[in-house]
Amino acid sequence: MAAVPSSLEPMKLGSGYHTPWWATAAKWGLLAIAGLFAAYVIQKLISSGSWLGVVITAFIAMCFLAVYGTRRAVPMKYLLPGLVLLVTLQIWPIVYTVATAFTNYGQGHTLSKQDATDRNLANSVKEVEGTERYKLSIAVPEGTDVATGEITFLLTKPDGSMFVGTSKGLEPLAADGIEKTDTGKITKAPGYTILNAREANKRSKDLNAFAVPVNANAGIKSVGISSAFEGAPTLKYDAAADTVTDTVKNVVYSPKNAYWTAPDGQTLATGWKENVGTKNFSDLLTNETIRSGFFKIFLWNVAFAALSVMSTFILGMLLALLFNDPKLKGKGFYRSMLILPYAIPGFVTALVWASMFNQEFGLINSLTHLNIDWLGNPWAAKAAILITNLWLGFPYMFLVCTGALQSIPGDVKEAAKIDGAGPLRTLRSITMPLLLVAVGPLLIASFAFNFNNFSLIYLLTQGGPFAADNTSIGSTDLLITYAFRLAFAGASPNIGLASAVCIFIFFIVAAMSYSGFRRTKSLEEVN
Amino acid sequence: MSNVTDAVAVAVPDGRAAVAKSPRASGSGTWWRHALGLVTLIWALFPILFLISAAINPAGSLQTSSLIPSGSSLANFRTLFDDASRPYTSWYKNSMIIALVGSLGSVFIGACAAYAFSRMRFAGRRPGLLGLLLLQMFPAMLTFPALYLTFAKLGDIIPALGLNSIWALILCYLGGAMGANVWLLKGYFDTIPKELDEAAKVDGASHARIFFTMTLRLVLPILVTVFMLSFVGLFSEFLLASIFLQDVNSQTLGVGLYSMSIGNEKNRLFGQFAAGALLASVPVVLLYLGFQRFLIGGMTQGSVK
Repeated sequence: MAAVPSSLEPMKLGSGYHTPWWATAAKWGLLAIAGLFAAYVIQKLISSGSWLGVVITAFIAMCFLAVYGTRRAVPMKYLLPGLVLLVTLQIWPIVYTVATAFTNYGQGHTLSKQDATDRNLANSVKEVEGTERYKLSIAVPEGTDVATGEITFLLTKPDGSMFVGTSKGLEPLAADGIEKTDTGKITKAPGYTILNAREANKRSKDLNAFAVPVNANAGIKSVGISSAFEGAPTLKYDAAADTVTDTVKNVVYSPKNAYWTAPDGQTLATGWKENVGTKNFSDLLTNETIRSGFFKIFLWNVAFAALSVMSTFILGMLLALLFNDPKLKGKGFYRSMLILPYAIPGFVTALVWASMFNQEFGLINSLTHLNIDWLGNPWAAKAAILITNLWLGFPYMFLVCTGALQSIPGDVKEAAKIDGAGPLRTLRSITMPLLLVAVGPLLIASFAFNFNNFSLIYLLTQGGPFAADNTSIGSTDLLITYAFRLAFAGASPNIGLASAVCIFIFFIVAAMSYSGFRRTKSLEEVN
Repeated sequence: MSNVTDAVAVAVPDGRAAVAKSPRASGSGTWWRHALGLVTLIWALFPILFLISAAINPAGSLQTSSLIPSGSSLANFRTLFDDASRPYTSWYKNSMIIALVGSLGSVFIGACAAYAFSRMRFAGRRPGLLGLLLLQMFPAMLTFPALYLTFAKLGDIIPALGLNSIWALILCYLGGAMGANVWLLKGYFDTIPKELDEAAKVDGASHARIFFTMTLRLVLPILVTVFMLSFVGLFSEFLLASIFLQDVNSQTLGVGLYSMSIGNEKNRLFGQFAAGALLASVPVVLLYLGFQRFLIGGMTQGSVK
């Protein structure tokens, strides 16, 4: 143990010649815990019927056992956890994003065609006069949020038999642990959280669209929040012709744009997910409204990133030159103070500046006696964002420029001086080129970071202000805030189109990173 | 004319004068640098001063906020902690758990990977390193549509790992842990002489023993740097956190404070918001001020290497 400091002696861990018993025990203990966890996950996956998940989980578990249970594959012992996370949470999402970009996944298009058809049919259920009603309790599976969990009907028939109804169908409910009122309404059921009236009313929109399919010819819908009826759907699906017929109005719906569409253009509420090929991409490039907005956003995105890097770099460099004087006292103090804007978490900065830019009560207008609608005027909002980013980013440039300046050898400046160069000439011809060589890659990295600076824009302006006639494209939107709004906000979320935008950003960022990596010659350093 | 004197002045006391800008600056002092420095300090600090004075402002609304505090009280802090519909302490706890567990996890994963890449020779080592570099060109953040869909589905099967779970979010953050730091870490691991490993090996130490008891201690500075960079990054992350954490009790400081600063009540809630924002800044600011050297070193290496 000559090379190991003696203070390290008490810690003994490893699987070599003198492996202590507890290290072995700990290793197998951890493996056992991992195995139990895998078994739990597999059991859950089996009960939900996702066989691909079962295979993947079992495969990962076997890999862990093979790598850590034997003495082989030593490098893998160090790489496996990171590798598994990398493949499942970085590579898989990339693949899945690409796949989603070729679909119409989004609001009203989350189900397969079969499920969407079933749901439309179940929703068209009409109550038949004279049939008896069920007692209904609205519930969500235990452990899920009452505001978002999957709606489940707990039903009691007039004869007292109980059922669980979900969007997948109707199943009998075992009587164990059930509590009912005198009228038969279920008040407690193991495995479910029953919603109270207020919670149920909040979900009324979901309830309106919800029905339990009983079979191809019947469905159960709620009336109010405590009773339900079973009735026959007015829609009929014809598998041979691939059409849906409304038997009351006598209208035939055929599939069009992933909706059941009537000849007059009317569609049924639920659409389905389908492959749309390159439509999302071609929309971005050819659809007039989307394209012009997309192009505008792209220009501002590039301008924002470039101006941010330039402004922060210039201010940071000037400050670095200012404080780069060996005789200047209190440099440590200045540095500690100037680091503060960078040290404050980004979301705090953006939100505080958003308040300071408030037109009526904000600090900026009251200090400068201006009355600018900073966040409501497209150009002022752009300026506000650049000012905020300058404040946020100049300390970083100041720090890296200070570092770079101090690493410039004194003798080259000395040589310049001997050759008769003045301070400005030295700065222009000696200091600046050397500085730029040192910080060049950082400028590219900073550009790439700002290109996707989601939180600054989103927290400061939410991408706005928006033109009155177009609420999907804001004047300070970056591509990434645009994609975010497409996917999660807006009138009709469209995750497919958002994924296509993300892929565009992928390529742009990849091109930038590539030029950055080439400069650093990282690729040649691998040995 | 001054060329000759310059050259002489520089040539004699070589160490100090070589860095000096000119004889004039060294003679007439540095007051103008301090004057400009003061202007810079005002620019750098006035938003922070505004935040502090808004946090201690007794009236607590945006209308009454000002740069110089008009009085001081802890009323905003009290309402912040008493507001049941905005569970600030839960947000704080969530943010700290996410940042701590996430950054410890990514340091550990990164260090393990760097040890393998730096100390061992195995098939696929070079393609692996290059592949990790290549993968960094695709920021994980951009896959948010797929991450959302994946975890929404996973949550149906295992509720503890669905949306609204900070553990699922931590897993997401760990996905990029190996790729993001391995180059920086490997560079530092390479500077530790291999002879140390070999000596330990001759003495009978196993690879795990060498790694845990020797290498990890020798590379501690870079581990601290990586830990802090990822702590700061995760503490401030907003995009994925806002997609994942919709339930108010599972939110992070960023998502929670954002929800306070939008909507009709934002002006009334401003004092409360400022108090929360001020407290939220404390951990990261302390980290920065306490470990400036580690961070500054990491900031430059992180991108260059």
